[in-house]
Amino acid sequence: MRVGLFLTCVNDTLYPGTGRATVRLLERLGVEVDFPAAQTCCGQMHYNTGYRHDAEPLARRYADTFADYDAIVVPSGSCAAMVRDNYPRLGRRARDEGRGEALAAHLDPVVPKTYELSEFLLDVLGVTDVGAYFPHRVTYHPTCHSSRMLGVGDRPLRLLRAVRGLTLLELPEKEQCCGFGGTFALKNPDVSAAMGTDKARHTIATGAEVLCAADNSCLMHIGGTLNRQRAGVRVMHLAEILASTESEPADPSSAPAAAGARAAGAPCAPAADCAPAAACAPASTTARGGSR
Amino acid sequence: MPAFPTFPKAAREATGNAQLRHNLRKATGTIRGKRAAVVAELDDWAELRRAGKQIKERTLRHLDTYLEQVEAAVIAAGGTVHWAADAAEANRIVTDLVRATGERDVIKVKSMATQEIGLNEALAEAGITAYETDLAELIVQLGDDRPSHILVPAIHRNRSEVREIFRDRMGEWGRPAPDDLTDEPADLAAAARRHLRERFLSSKVAISGANFLVAETGTAVVVESEGNGRMCLTLPETLISVVGIEKIVPTWADLEVFLQLLPRSSTGERMNPYTSTWTGTTAADGAGDGPGTFHLVLLDNGRTDTLADTVGRQALRCIRCSACLNVCPVYERAGGHAYGSVYPGPIGAILTPQLRGTADPLDASLPYASSLCGACYEVCPVAIDIPEVLVHLRERVVQGDAEHPRAKGHLAERVAMRAARTLLDSPRLLGAAQRAGIATRRLHPGRLPGPGAAWTDTRDLPQFPDESFRDWWARRSAAGEGAPAAPAAPARPTPEAGQTPEAGNAPASGDTPSTTPTSAPEERK
Amino acid sequence: MTTPRTPSTQPRTPGGAGSGSRAAVLARVRAALRDVPATERPEDVPVSRDYRRSHLDDDPARRLAVLHENLVDYRASVHPATPGAVAATVARLLAERGSASCVVPPGLPEEWLAELGDGVEVLRDDPAGRPLGAERLDAVDAVLTGCAVAVAETGTIVLDASAGQGRRVLTLIPDHHVCVVRADQVVASVPQALAVLDPTRPLTWISGPSATSDIELDRVEGVHGPRRLDVILVHADGDAPPAP
Repeated sequence: MRVGLFLTCVNDTLYPGTGRATVRLLERLGVEVDFPAAQTCCGQMHYNTGYRHDAEPLARRYADTFADYDAIVVPSGSCAAMVRDNYPRLGRRARDEGRGEALAAHLDPVVPKTYELSEFLLDVLGVTDVGAYFPHRVTYHPTCHSSRMLGVGDRPLRLLRAVRGLTLLELPEKEQCCGFGGTFALKNPDVSAAMGTDKARHTIATGAEVLCAADNSCLMHIGGTLNRQRAGVRVMHLAEILASTESEPADPSSAPAAAGARAAGAPCAPAADCAPAAACAPASTTARGGSR
Repeated sequence: MPAFPTFPKAAREATGNAQLRHNLRKATGTIRGKRAAVVAELDDWAELRRAGKQIKERTLRHLDTYLEQVEAAVIAAGGTVHWAADAAEANRIVTDLVRATGERDVIKVKSMATQEIGLNEALAEAGITAYETDLAELIVQLGDDRPSHILVPAIHRNRSEVREIFRDRMGEWGRPAPDDLTDEPADLAAAARRHLRERFLSSKVAISGANFLVAETGTAVVVESEGNGRMCLTLPETLISVVGIEKIVPTWADLEVFLQLLPRSSTGERMNPYTSTWTGTTAADGAGDGPGTFHLVLLDNGRTDTLADTVGRQALRCIRCSACLNVCPVYERAGGHAYGSVYPGPIGAILTPQLRGTADPLDASLPYASSLCGACYEVCPVAIDIPEVLVHLRERVVQGDAEHPRAKGHLAERVAMRAARTLLDSPRLLGAAQRAGIATRRLHPGRLPGPGAAWTDTRDLPQFPDESFRDWWARRSAAGEGAPAAPAAPARPTPEAGQTPEAGNAPASGDTPSTTPTSAPEERK
Repeated sequence: MTTPRTPSTQPRTPGGAGSGSRAAVLARVRAALRDVPATERPEDVPVSRDYRRSHLDDDPARRLAVLHENLVDYRASVHPATPGAVAATVARLLAERGSASCVVPPGLPEEWLAELGDGVEVLRDDPAGRPLGAERLDAVDAVLTGCAVAVAETGTIVLDASAGQGRRVLTLIPDHHVCVVRADQVVASVPQALAVLDPTRPLTWISGPSATSDIELDRVEGVHGPRRLDVILVHADGDAPPAP
């Protein structure tokens, strides 16, 4: 089976650790995963902001890039949902506009073989225990697009429950949106911030060390809020926890948090995907913004 | 049209109002729980929801047929049918009908359609006083307020605010509130009962809406709780019902779906206390039961524009249950007034811009009043895909189409989006941009100026990493598969499987609770 | 097929009282529905009726018990009685609630009134001859009726204004409503109720006493309709009284 990794533009640019963790996890499970370099972005930002036509070339690029793979793994509920939920709409709308079946024919083949990471692990690989080890208190935020659009259900929780050493804590009002919402965070900053603040408050109330989710964009928002509040709670992508093992443990304190997260004094754990000198030092010496 | 601030502006004020936030959180939290419990009682909820959606789809796709059918049935049952293309015409029709009775006072059942057209104001201009009889509408009317919720228009008020309004204003409208009025809801309800009782007994004209209008029989249905609806539908001599053309259901039997979906979605009850159905007038059969004169006003007012849009059309399936408001995290924080329309919340964000158009900046801002979290779609009893319509209307705002000129503004955004598309459609440009971002990361300010401040006012920015994934992958591939290299540093030796974790890292035993691996805030200087 | 949009060129206000914009609205509807094939009939739009006709099994005792439970849940009082005990129960409830006057609709079984004491004034509504006015009813304490059907799953009684139920106003203005429900009038579900009701009659569906959730979405009983609802649930002699 040829498995392609669609990392997403956000992860590629800002959260490469999630990509490395996904690769490590999949390879540990015997999956040979490829990262086709032609990939860029699913087009979600354009689509959701009202620029559907600008999303089309990006969708076509995705379809071209992954046409020959048997399965496409996406460590992002929201981008996987863009493909699965909205690519068929792109085709339908093009048809409604009198542009025929071409776009639908182009996009439709990649839709059913696109999987969010937890779906791929449980539904394609059939594994629940991925052999992970992460001895920390973790709470899980089911992101809206992963739970409502994709319907991943309790798959991420089943995976987390099988992680040795992990204490899973229930997040109050977990089903409420964190307030990120892509450009919503900029167009309605007050409501977005109010939602983020509530999510941060609920997160802190769990007593967890780590807030986990399947979407780094949501974690960027919640983590940025937690960080501004100096809450001492880290955010980590599901892949990073699942990739963690006794021999290569992930340390929450080295999680790719917001700017200033790794403030002076925070230990930088020697995880395999963290190069101490280069990755941690600049951040710790340039702790900026509100964390001062 | 509306002279209200755009949604983000109004929401800014609302999010800073602690009392409002408290009232809304408490009320929506209560109703969410009740709804979830009674919906869970029915193991065929999904099937009912699909049937509700399909019945409304059938109705809308053949609305002309059903409109003519319902008209004929109402006339056959002794009623009179009027057609109103817009708010002005509907108001004129109703005003003329009331004038013809010689009455100067009318009592009203809570009705979204009459609020939408501003009927009370139109009647007032004609010298006719409309008395709202629903408790929440009474609170809004007495308080010179605006409704902020479809079902519970005074949801933004708590009990002590209601008591103040009753004590201060009831006397101006009729029987005053008792001096010893407490803020107990039961006490407040009793005050409303006494205040309105004489009005009910003496009024000759009532105005209502309808929750459903059955095409095959001409039957109108009003679903309510307090009995004020029954009063208005039973006691006066003349009943005028203003009903949106989308309220039709084809058959009597179709009500079996909606009378299950609506109360459970709306008030979180198995059934609301009172449901009244009437078909034309009953005076004709000599029973003398209810109004002897019945007028049905069928209202368009933008509904046919909405119907013409194959994506937006689904908004007309709405049965006004307000479940979407109660689960919406944006509504819960911004409150109903921010939506600047009688239809707040997610349904308002897709209905208002379709009924009124997007020429007004407020209306153009409504499709963005959502994080697209999808909670509204999940609870909608007729499965309106609200996020889908929101995105569709955003497209109309920024791009326009043959019938809808694009909204003003958005030029900078259009340019930025086009630039982003060009960048994102090229792995080469994307890679270059990533490397530029990384190279300059020490220079990135923690607080952004301009629009970016919207983010950095409350959130820290993400830190650019040392290397993009794609560059890491390229190096890794060049070095040979299976030999992962750490970025910009010599590869660390990989511990062998089963080896004890390194000292200073995680505890060896999974059972041992770890100490917080992060630095405590006070340690950071 | 191209986007089925139609410019809003139809005049919205051709004016005229009475029929008003009938032709214009219908024309706009038809123009808006250009995407619907001319050959499509309403019944061509699929409606799946695979929802349940009832959420209860066919056990009549269970149906009564669920009705009882749901009525009580919405603050109605429920009083199981055998047919022979209805009159005594009516008398007891009026006395207990201090209801000194009671209006009854035409067609109410006379035997239900048999045990009323001298202290209770009985008013008989006569719609054809001398219907009671609203002001008069406002001075009456209670109303006694039967019902057309009762719905167990929702705790609802439905009145259709026929014999023994009377005009809608009777059960609206007095503050105390005593309703007699026979076991054979109880159906399980809303679909079953609609199937036996006549849409041409004015119907009133009652689920508990008047209530509101308008203040903080907290349900409180008692606004404009009767604040006290007593349901006498009549089961056949020998059957066990329904218990929730």
